[in-house]
Amino acid sequence: MTWFRKENRPLEAPKEKRVQTEGLWTKCEACKQALWKKDVEANLHCCPKCGYHFRVSARARLEMLFDGGRYIEHDARLASSDPLDFKDTKRYRERLKKAEITTGLKDALITGEGMIEGRPALVGAMEFQFIGGSMGAVVGEKITRAIDRAIAGKLPLIIVSCSGGARMMEGAISLMQMAKISAGLARLDEARLPYISVLTDPTTGGVTASYAMLGDLNIAEPGALIGFAGPRVIEQTIKQKLPEGFQRAEFLLAHGMLDAIVPRKELKSYLARALRFLQPG
Amino acid sequence: MATPARQLAAQQELQRQIQELEQVGGSAAAHEEAQRLRVQLEALEQSSGAPSSEAGQDAWQRVLLARHPQRPYTLDYISLLFTDFIELHGDRRFGDDPALVCGLASFEGRRVALVGHQKGRDTKQKLHRNFGMPNPEGYRKALRVMQLAAKFGMPIVTLVDTPGAYPGIGAEERGQAEAIAYNLKEIPKLRVPIVVVVHGEGGSGGALAIAIGDKVLMLENAVYSVISPESCSSILWRDWDHKQEAARALGLTAERLHALGLVDEVVPEPHEGAHANHAEMASILRPILARSLIELEALPADELLRRRQERLRKLATFVMES
Repeated sequence: MTWFRKENRPLEAPKEKRVQTEGLWTKCEACKQALWKKDVEANLHCCPKCGYHFRVSARARLEMLFDGGRYIEHDARLASSDPLDFKDTKRYRERLKKAEITTGLKDALITGEGMIEGRPALVGAMEFQFIGGSMGAVVGEKITRAIDRAIAGKLPLIIVSCSGGARMMEGAISLMQMAKISAGLARLDEARLPYISVLTDPTTGGVTASYAMLGDLNIAEPGALIGFAGPRVIEQTIKQKLPEGFQRAEFLLAHGMLDAIVPRKELKSYLARALRFLQPG
Repeated sequence: MATPARQLAAQQELQRQIQELEQVGGSAAAHEEAQRLRVQLEALEQSSGAPSSEAGQDAWQRVLLARHPQRPYTLDYISLLFTDFIELHGDRRFGDDPALVCGLASFEGRRVALVGHQKGRDTKQKLHRNFGMPNPEGYRKALRVMQLAAKFGMPIVTLVDTPGAYPGIGAEERGQAEAIAYNLKEIPKLRVPIVVVVHGEGGSGGALAIAIGDKVLMLENAVYSVISPESCSSILWRDWDHKQEAARALGLTAERLHALGLVDEVVPEPHEGAHANHAEMASILRPILARSLIELEALPADELLRRRQERLRKLATFVMES
C-alpha cells in the first residue's frame, strides 16, 4: 500500500491554443490570395492585390454611394404576400423568412434618398443574398415608387442591379414587374429626368431584360456577368463551351451595350459627374 | 375528349417529326426539340384515350396542350381571321427574324398591324422559325412595325406563342436583353389600341416583349409563365422530374392568371381544344377580338395611354409588415 495515490485522471486533449481566425480571412476568387477581411472592406470590397470586385450587400452599396453613408430609406416595410402560395422543396414563405434573417431585409432591394457629392438623388440597390436578388412584386413596387418619387421631386434615379432575374416563386406576377417598371421608366423619359443603371455581378434574366438595360447611361463594374440567358442555359442549348469572357462587362462594352465600365473606387465620383451633365443647376 | 383516332394521329405525327429531327442531326436546337417532342409523345401515350379538356385537368396537361403540334400557329390565325395580309420583314439594323412575323392586314373593315411569334409545323419549318424563339432582331422588327402602326393610326394585334427568347451566343452579342427591355419601355408610349392574344405558349420575357397592351386575351389552354416548368423544376428541385409540380406551382393557366388580374379575358376553346378545330377556334376568337378593338377605338389616345399606364401600375401584390 502506498501512501500517495496517483489520481487516475482521464487523458485530456491539450487546450486549443490556435488564435481564432475563422471568418477574419477571405480568399480572392481571382488571384487566390489570402486577404484580411478588414482590408477588403476598407477597399470597398475589392481585392487590394488584384482589384477583383467582391459582391457587395445592398446596405454597403448605399453607404458607399451616399455622402457620409447617410440616406433616408423608403418603403422598408413592403414585403411579399406570397400571391401563389408557392411551394417547391420548401415553402416560399420559409425561404422569405430565412432570407429576412440572413439579410435583415424584407425583400431584395433597398431604396433611399440621400446626397451624392452634395446633390440629392434616389438610389436603389439590390441584395443578392435575398433569394438571389430576384425581382418579385415587392422589388417591382419599390422601384416604381422610386420612379414616382423621382418625378414628384424632379430627382435623378440610380439603380444598382445585382440579380439572377425574375423571382420564380411569384410566377407571372414577377414577369409583369418587368412591364410595370419599364412603363414607369417611360414616364421618367417624358419627365426628362436622368436614370442611371449600374450593372454589377451578376445581372441576368428579367432584370437585364428590363430596367438594367434601360438607363440613360448603362454603367457596369469590371468583370460583372451580365446577360439575358445564364451561361449554363446557353451551353445546354448550343451544346458548346462558351468563349472566355463571354457575357462579362468587357464583352458587353465591346458589343455596344454599355456606356462605360467604372471601377468601384471611381463609381461615386463618376455618377456625380454624369448627373451634373444630365441635370445641371 | 379527344377521339382515339385523333390521338393516334397526333402520336404518329410526333413520331414522324422526331425521326425527321434525328435525321437532320447536327444542330443542337434540333436535338433539343427532338427531346421535347419525345416528352410530349410520352405524355400523350400515358394519357391514351383519357385527356379531357374539362375540369380535373391539371396545369401540366395545359402545358402539353399549349405545345400541341397541331395547335393553330400565328400564321394560321392570320389567314383565318384577317384578310389582305402583307408581311413586313427586317429590323433595318441586322436582319429578318422568321420566328417573329409582322405585317399589315384588314380585320372587320379596319386596317390593323400584326405582330406574332411563329413556330414551324414540320422539321424544315421548325428550324427556319427557330422553334418560335426570336432573336433580338425579331423584337426590334416587332417594335418597328408597331411604331409604324402608331404613326399611321392602325390598332395593333399581337399573337403570342413562344417557348421564350432564344438563348444563344449571337442573341447575347446583339443584345437580347436590351431588345426586350426597349420594347417594354417603348410599347406603352404607342398612341393606338393594342390587343394581345396569348394563344399558345407565353414563354417569359420572350413573350412579354410583344405582350404589353390595353387588353390581354388568353386562350383557355394557353399557358403564360415566368419560366418553363422544366427549367423551374431543374432549378428549384435540382432535377427534371418535377415539371408537373412546377407547372401547378407556377400558376400558369389562363383561369389562374385571370383570377390574379394579369389577363383580362379567357377565350374559350372548342370542346376538344384549339388543335382539333382551327376554324372553330378562329370563329370563337373573332367576335371577342372585334369587340375588344371597338371598345378601345372609342377612347381618345390620351385616355388610352393613361389607362395602359394605370393597368401596368396596378400589377402589385404585397403586404406592409411592421
